[in-house]
Amino acid sequence: MKYIDEFQDPELARRLLDDIHATVTRPWALMEVCGGQTHTIIRHGIDQLLPDQVELIHGPGCPVCVTPLEVIDKALEIASRPGVIFCSFGDMLRVPGTDRDLFRVRSEGGDVRVVYSPLDALRIAQQNPQQQVVFFGIGFETTAPPNAMTVYQASKLGIRNFSLLVSHVRVPPAIEAIMQSPSCRVQGFLAAGHVCSVMGVGEYPELAERFKVPIVVTGFEPLDILEGVRRTVRQLERGEHRVENAYQRAVRPEGNPAAQAMLEDVFEVTDRAWRGIGTIARSGWKLSERYREFDAEQRFSVSGIRTLEPAACRAGEVLQGLLKPHECEAFGTTCTPRNPLGATMVSSEGACAAYYLYRRLDLNPAPARLEASPLV
Amino acid sequence: MCLAVPGRVLDIEERDGTRMANVDFGGVVKEVCLEYLPDLQVGEYAIVHVGFALQRLDEESARHTLELFADLGMLQEEFGDPWELAAREGGFVFPSDLPSDGDAEREEAR
Ligand code: SF4
Repeated sequence: MKYIDEFQDPELARRLLDDIHATVTRPWALMEVCGGQTHTIIRHGIDQLLPDQVELIHGPGCPVCVTPLEVIDKALEIASRPGVIFCSFGDMLRVPGTDRDLFRVRSEGGDVRVVYSPLDALRIAQQNPQQQVVFFGIGFETTAPPNAMTVYQASKLGIRNFSLLVSHVRVPPAIEAIMQSPSCRVQGFLAAGHVCSVMGVGEYPELAERFKVPIVVTGFEPLDILEGVRRTVRQLERGEHRVENAYQRAVRPEGNPAAQAMLEDVFEVTDRAWRGIGTIARSGWKLSERYREFDAEQRFSVSGIRTLEPAACRAGEVLQGLLKPHECEAFGTTCTPRNPLGATMVSSEGACAAYYLYRRLDLNPAPARLEASPLV
Repeated sequence: MCLAVPGRVLDIEERDGTRMANVDFGGVVKEVCLEYLPDLQVGEYAIVHVGFALQRLDEESARHTLELFADLGMLQEEFGDPWELAAREGGFVFPSDLPSDGDAEREEAR
């Protein structure tokens, strides 16, 4: 297997895999929540190294993918206005709106800038007092605290030409929505490690208990994923449903209290639409009353936007784990990373892109490859 | 974007009333805000996401992760030129890309 050397410690990987193979007696379906984990799994062929009975379902944890089309269209509209400097993380550049993307807006003369940190956007605002600087604030609990801090700083420093286009989402309500779906097949979760670095694990015991589902906090390296799978399968085989932390080097049970306090000050919980999935109650954040003046949607009235999802795109089903990317008819034909129909094909963390990039077009279980692997 | 990368604090200074640091990510140095880990010291490691230190990390696991990310080209993805990356993903072929460096995984353009 091409990437096997990159497991870094193949001996440990082999031991974890052996243990998983020895533990499994029945089929189990696990969902890895985070797109970064999906990427690791596909890149290293971890799903192919696991026993056939262990199925990994890709979850909705790609922030770029779940940002609703309506928000993308609002971003494009604001970025096109004269006098606006629109700042974004690089992975939003090619996410398709209804008829273009940020890359295109820039080539048509819009002042679109890519920043590494939201604080860079704030600095741009300080340096360009005559212009309106807007930062595209998307992401989960990992990205929300940096954006919250930036708004707090803007307020503290009295920077009035800065605003945030907010579309933040929260993981626990998404897990709840997935478990409540009648077509849900998920029996265990690999929870997103970095989200828990911020939020801790406090929100999970109630979910594990209510849905009788093991939740194992998992990191992003191949060995982390294997360990997460191992622990989840072990619980399932024993009929347990606990919260376990398999990513202790980066996750403390209480998370990061300073970040949580800032989130609570700057944001308030709100219902949010997830692209392809629909609205999930209390699943996102918006600016709290105190910071509402920094809301880009209010500053630039962006009504009258007409939004049109491409009919062929089945990203919603992909994001809910109901469909594997290659099962979508457009996959690899009318939809490729060059000409993406959906965000799941654009984002490097998107499941469709991961499948495409690593040439997983022939995804009937491939026993020949499994045998060829030096790890099994 | 979800990638949180471990880095080592090189120096710390106060700016506009905010604790900021220069952090080394295996050769790439970026400015990082320490407000969420106020007691992080020079020489210590933390996982950093979009310019904010979010959680302390021990040196060994930080090194290990950095090496792995470097091998996999993920540091390039995180810190490379985003416009170039987007153009590449959109199918633009840069002269320096020819002839192919033999990395089959990136040859998807064909
Ligand atoms: S392959 Fe393309 S069209 Fe199909 S679900 Fe994925 S992004 Fe949408």
